[in-house]
Order: sequence, then structure tokens, then C-alpha cells
Amino acid sequence: MQQEIKWPAEGNARVPYRMFSDPEIYRDELSRIFLGPTWQYLALAGELPKAGDYLTTFLGETPVIVTRGHDGEIHAMINRCAHRGNLVCLKRRGRADNLTCVYHAWRYDLEGNLDSVAFRRGIAGKGGMPASFRLEEHGLKKLRVDTFGDLVFGTLSPGAPPLATYIGNLIGSRIHRVLHGKPKILGTTSQILHNNWKLYFENVRDTYHATLLHSFFTTFRISRLTSEGGVDIAENGAHHASYTRNKVDRVDQATSDQLYAGIPSLRENFRLADPSFLAMAEEFGDDTTTQILSLFPNFVLQQIQNSIALRLVLPKGPDKTELQWTYIGFEEDDTEVTALRLAQANLVGPAGYVSMEDGAVGNFIQRAIPGAEDECSVLEMGGFGHVSEANRTTEASVRSFWHAYRPLMGF
Amino acid sequence: MQLEAVVRRLELEQLYTDYVHCLDTDELEHWPEFFTEECFYRVTSAENYEAGMPLGLIHATSRNMLKDRVSALREANIYEPQRYRHLVSSIKIVEEHGAALDLVANFMVVRTMQEGDMTLFGVGRYVDQVTRRDDAWKFARKTVVLDSRQIDTLLAIPL
Repeated sequence: MQQEIKWPAEGNARVPYRMFSDPEIYRDELSRIFLGPTWQYLALAGELPKAGDYLTTFLGETPVIVTRGHDGEIHAMINRCAHRGNLVCLKRRGRADNLTCVYHAWRYDLEGNLDSVAFRRGIAGKGGMPASFRLEEHGLKKLRVDTFGDLVFGTLSPGAPPLATYIGNLIGSRIHRVLHGKPKILGTTSQILHNNWKLYFENVRDTYHATLLHSFFTTFRISRLTSEGGVDIAENGAHHASYTRNKVDRVDQATSDQLYAGIPSLRENFRLADPSFLAMAEEFGDDTTTQILSLFPNFVLQQIQNSIALRLVLPKGPDKTELQWTYIGFEEDDTEVTALRLAQANLVGPAGYVSMEDGAVGNFIQRAIPGAEDECSVLEMGGFGHVSEANRTTEASVRSFWHAYRPLMGF
Repeated sequence: MQLEAVVRRLELEQLYTDYVHCLDTDELEHWPEFFTEECFYRVTSAENYEAGMPLGLIHATSRNMLKDRVSALREANIYEPQRYRHLVSSIKIVEEHGAALDLVANFMVVRTMQEGDMTLFGVGRYVDQVTRRDDAWKFARKTVVLDSRQIDTLLAIPL
């Protein structure tokens, strides 16, 4: 049951604040977006090396099991027993020959097919399932699974285009640029954000804020708007990759300082005692120092210097989000490179020098919305369009998120 | 227990007492002084720690990196006013090797925000190594192992 939303005439350059707080809109997103025709990140293929390896994750709020089957393929299914709806897998990850529900011991194979029902024939001719009961009609609900390099994605939608088409060539090549080896996980963390999931996703796609909110970027010249950079937006508008070529300045250092003068993020007197961890090792064969990439609706691939992380944005209610981080390096990294990645992990995550603020700023908006549900945010930096630009003083990639979102939601 | 062991026990209790009071009273500039110059400090989750994953949410390999944490908190990072209250208990000497001791201790941290919201922010164990420097115990290594993998909002003040 959906209420009438009259989207403002300015189109994607306006977003009604109701989008971030309305429980009905939120419920609708869970079905239309997260269970709809979108591909969502499930795992790295390397997390499931052997048949029987499994892990659990979510499509929106819906629990999912991801397995490596005896056929060597990766499978995914809803983590809900076909009998009475119980969670089949209780652990975050593990190894099993089959998937057996704890409640009544219904047993599924690693692809989600129902293998057996306890006491199906009853006892001594009494009880049991009726003769009409067919095992093959009561499997776990299966997802379509597709991979892009080592990234595994799933969707419930038979109508979603193939994953490679969904991602497109432009953004696809930017994924390959970062994931140039076999990923090796360095660790994971999770951050609970007290804001709507879209406020975080807008933040990720917002190239305008990074050097204004995050002093660390500006002060240490890790990224400035005065460096070369831009934003690529996928052919279908749904995904983005912003990039900074920090060593290529558009203006000289003094002019850059002048442009940032008076902006609180430039702290003239702040010096690090040990800045060695900020040195970037040559890795990607180009001069891009930062690349933040997002796939609609909720996946982020981050490269900040040599720090690489996957982020999954999981909705947990209209005003609650779980942000899951997987920090990676590559199998071929030597100890020196690994040490650098671990040191540069200080930049990101819940305690990150350049990302700490992102954990809180969505909540600052969430707290300011009450009473303004029918008013709108203004997204006019760089105009009204949502196509690629060789420039980051724009909100084109935020507008492109709404461009992808609105038709799915019928707004 | 030998008198020497009793004295050492009291010294170690004092070290943890001073450490948490330093953090809880916002005297962060003194926090690096609890460490040796070439110290190792890391905040991680039990999940990472037990899986042998090296990631630290805060990952420092020198006292200077701890100083930088503090100056970034003071000068660069933006976060709402908040305070911690640490409770530390069950300090256990796991192993002695020469002048250095391996210790574990339990901790619990309540975070209170300016509006008064209180959260049980973190519970876990310190996995530490202490050594004598300038006639005092210093942390040569401190690994803060949080039982939960989740961090509420952000981790600004160290643990």
C-alpha cells in the first residue's frame, strides 16, 4: 500500500526528506529494490573455497545462505525453512555436507533442494506426510547467482539483466582496475549507523563533501577538489566511480590553499609525527590515488591509496543501517605491501581518519528531518544532469542514484 | 605469594588504573606515554583476532602514530562530544619472559553522549605485553579485542 508521492519538478535535483524516514516507503524498498530486479553483493568467491563451505548474509533484511555446492558452483538461497519458516543456518559461516533445519530436521542439499523430511512416513503407518507431498515442491527459495571476477552477486529477480550487463563496461573496467589479483581478506568490521541506508549511499556517491567534511583529506593533500579527478556514471545511471588523480594539480599549491582558505577542513597547523603510512605504493598502473565506486543499490568498492575495502550497506529499519566492511589485499602481496595496507586501514572504517565522520553525518540529517518530511534536499552542484564528468564539484552521481531509484519505486 | 610478586601485582593494577583514568578524563595527550616508543597498538574484534586476521580498526606501530591519533581527534576529526567510562578487571599474567610480561585483562566501556544517551559501547579483553622502561611498566603491545564485531556509529576515543 503506497501513498502518493509527488516528486518535485526539479527532478533528481530535489529529494523529499520523507524518503529517509517514512516506514511505508522503507517497507516498499525492501520488496521493490532489495527483492526486486537488482544484483546485490553476497560474498567473495574465495570465502567459499571448498564444497560445503557456507556463509550467511542478506538481501535487504531477508536472510540468505551462500554455499559452495558439490558441483563446485556457488549457490544462494533464502535462509528460511520451507516447512515453518525457521532459519536454517544459524552460524555466520561454516562447513556442512547438507543444510538441516534444527527445528524439525528437514534436510536440504547445498543447492537448497529438499532431500528429506524427518518421519515423512510417520510411525507404524500412522501420521507422516500425505502421499501428495512432493519434496521437489518444498526446496529453499533460490537466488540467481552470478560473479564478476571474484565478486559474487545474487538476485531474486528473474527479470534482472545478466550481471555484466547490469554493471556495464565503464564501471566494470573500474572494478577490474582495483581487483587486479586474487583477493585475500585482511579482516572485517561492521558499523551500526543510526540513519536511513540511502543517506549513507548518497554520502558514498557525494564527491562534493569529501574534502570539506574530512579535514584529513584536505590538510594532508590526500584528496582535494583542486586535483584532477572526476566521476564516471554507468551507462544506465545506476552505478558510479569517482576518482582523484592527486599528483596532478589543476592549480598550483598556493592557489589550492587559497581556494580552501576559510573552509574549516584545511588545518594549517596540523602536522603528523609519523606520516610515513600515507606514502602510496605503485600498484594500479595509473595515477589515480583514490577511487570510490558504488553499485546500485548497496555495494561499495573503495580504493584510497593502497587501502582496498568492500562495503555492504544493509538496511535495518527506516533509521538504522549496518555497514559491513571487508578489507582486502591480494594473495601476491609481500609483507611490506600488507603492512602498508594495514597502516592505511587507519584511514577508513569506524575509526578512519577520513571516514569517521561518515558514520555520524547521516544521523545528523536523520535527526534534522522531523517536521520537514515534505521539504526537499537540494542537489544542484554541477547542474541537473547525471552523466560522467571530469570534475568532482558536482552532485551528478547522487542525482544518478535517484535516477535509478525512482522508477523502481514508482516515484 | 612472595612480597616481590605482590608489589608487581599492585604495580600492574596501578598501570591499568592510570591508563583508563587517562582515557576517561580526556587527558588523551598523556595516553601515548603509557606505551614504549616502538609499541604496537591495535583495536580489533574477537572474530578477526581468533581467525588470525591482522586488520586493526586502529593500527599503530609506533608511539608517534598514537600521538597522531590524538592530534587528529583534537584538530581534524569531527564527532559529537562524548565520554567513556572503562571498567577493567581480572588482570591475569599469562606468561613471563625476562623483563616482559604477557597479560590479559577484561574491560567494559560505557559511552555517554552529550544528550545523555548511554550505550554499552564495548566489551572485551586487552591482550597486552608490558615491559619496564625508566623504572615504570609500559605497554610494548596492546591488542584491544572487542567481543562484538559491531561498532556503534564510530570509534573516536581510543580504548
